[in-house]
Amino acid sequence: MDTKKYVIRQISIFSENRPGRLAAIAHALGEEKINILAFSIAEANGFGVVRALVDHPEKAHDKLLSLGFNIAFTDVIAVHMKDQPGGLYEVAKILGDAGINIEYSYAYSGKEGAVLILRVDLVEDAIKKIKNSGATLLERSVFH
Amino acid sequence: MFWDKKIETLKTDDLQALQLKRLKKTISQAQKVGFFKKRLSDAGITASSIKTLDDIQKIPFTKKQDLREGYPFGFFAVPLKEIVRIHTTSGTTGKPTVVGYTKKDLDVWADLIARNMTMVGVGKEDIFQNMVNYGMFTGGLGFHYGAEKIGMTVIPSATGNTKRQIEMIRDFGVTTIHCTPSYAMHLSEVAEEMGESLDSLKTGIFGAEPWSESVRHSLEKRLGVTAFDSYGLSELFGPGVAFECKERNGLHIWHDSYLVEIIDPNTGERVSDGERGELVVTPLVKEAMPLLRYRTGDVTMLIEDGCLCKRAQKIARITGRSDDMLVIRGINVFPSQIEHVLLKIPEVGNQFMVYIDRINYLDEMTVEVEINRDFFSGELTDLAKIQKKVGKELRDSLELRTTVRLVEPGSLPRFEGKAKRVIDRREVI
Repeated sequence: MDTKKYVIRQISIFSENRPGRLAAIAHALGEEKINILAFSIAEANGFGVVRALVDHPEKAHDKLLSLGFNIAFTDVIAVHMKDQPGGLYEVAKILGDAGINIEYSYAYSGKEGAVLILRVDLVEDAIKKIKNSGATLLERSVFH
Repeated sequence: MFWDKKIETLKTDDLQALQLKRLKKTISQAQKVGFFKKRLSDAGITASSIKTLDDIQKIPFTKKQDLREGYPFGFFAVPLKEIVRIHTTSGTTGKPTVVGYTKKDLDVWADLIARNMTMVGVGKEDIFQNMVNYGMFTGGLGFHYGAEKIGMTVIPSATGNTKRQIEMIRDFGVTTIHCTPSYAMHLSEVAEEMGESLDSLKTGIFGAEPWSESVRHSLEKRLGVTAFDSYGLSELFGPGVAFECKERNGLHIWHDSYLVEIIDPNTGERVSDGERGELVVTPLVKEAMPLLRYRTGDVTMLIEDGCLCKRAQKIARITGRSDDMLVIRGINVFPSQIEHVLLKIPEVGNQFMVYIDRINYLDEMTVEVEINRDFFSGELTDLAKIQKKVGKELRDSLELRTTVRLVEPGSLPRFEGKAKRVIDRREVI
């Protein structure tokens, strides 16, 4: 199975937890006409990581880097969920049963329906298990 | 009350004769140390070229940095087998300053503490709780032996567990305490929360960090003690160098044991009595580790007026530092030590800022440091690991708990010329 096409490049941006940091990031992406498709902020002890799926990750990376931001790419996967009670359970159970750990996750509900973005410890295994269970993985081309 | 009335009230002439005799002896002792031997011979000085006390001005100053370069035992004037105790104090760049004591040194030191304790009016009848660090810090064992010498009942409670400290004060009927003034404030707050009035307390000895008259008033009110200021530094044995008497208007420094000069820290020239400057001390009674014209970095002045207690000339309470040394919870910290620690951690940059606050009367240090671009994986947990690592390294090196804040690369101020990396937000106490 070609798992690569399901690996999505998330951009992860280090940010201090202080007013105006998110605005600075969003402004930079807006200027480059980069669209943010999914997005979350994780916070710890005075700093955080802004995570986003964008339509042009390389361009976003270069732009933010040029502005001095600390930015890295992280591989994530996106799973289609049923937008109804129990939808999240189905996906979570597949990974749980397979012994795959979810490091973090965030969700959005868009034109493709409800989508769960997952950062897991074993990306390839996760892709295989989800495919075999009949759930729908979103391909990278959906995003960028 | 005097511990050693004769020596404590020597007439000026007799005192100066004793000082000169001891100074010559100290110079001979210092010549057993390679560093001083070279220093003195470069300056063309022998013990016999010192004819008057003023001749000491021909001798170059000794700085803390010099001591560091002698790490570990380079400043000992006696063989190691004669050294019976070692203490250390923070150095300027990571390595500590080592101080050593002969058996006689420990006796002399305990005797000086005994003078101080007797001077403030405590003795055999008193129960003494010594709430400072008993490890490498000189304040613990220093006071311990001095207090035992005058026959006090000593409780070596050391630091930590404030509730237990308060219970001991209550249950043992403690009359006298020794700790840092900020810990004393904390103690008084906890006692208040516990509903303990600590009625047995009478005397509080506070030192290791500068404190103001307003802190004195509030400590006296809250703890029901008469509060005395204690001054010392490890290089001069430790605590006990100078102490307030019952007048509590300046500190008596023991001139028979410490030759005092106050200098302009920029020019090195002496300033007049009543004028502030850096305290420079030549200890006159140290055997294991003699020092010549040691620059303490502490700012004070010689007080012109005599004292009702008939002891010799006083110095004013310390008002600050002439260098960048910080005193945080009684522990000496140089910004260069922080830099030294950060240089060894590749995950963070070398720029940093230090913020010092006083929260609930305890000093809190926050270090801001930039995350190194190359070590950003994108994962929050990796950042948390870096943060923890920096905190641990700082703690190991400074012996001080620090809050570490990771900031974005390039976000900290860059300094041209003298860096101002420390922002001390503690209220002037």
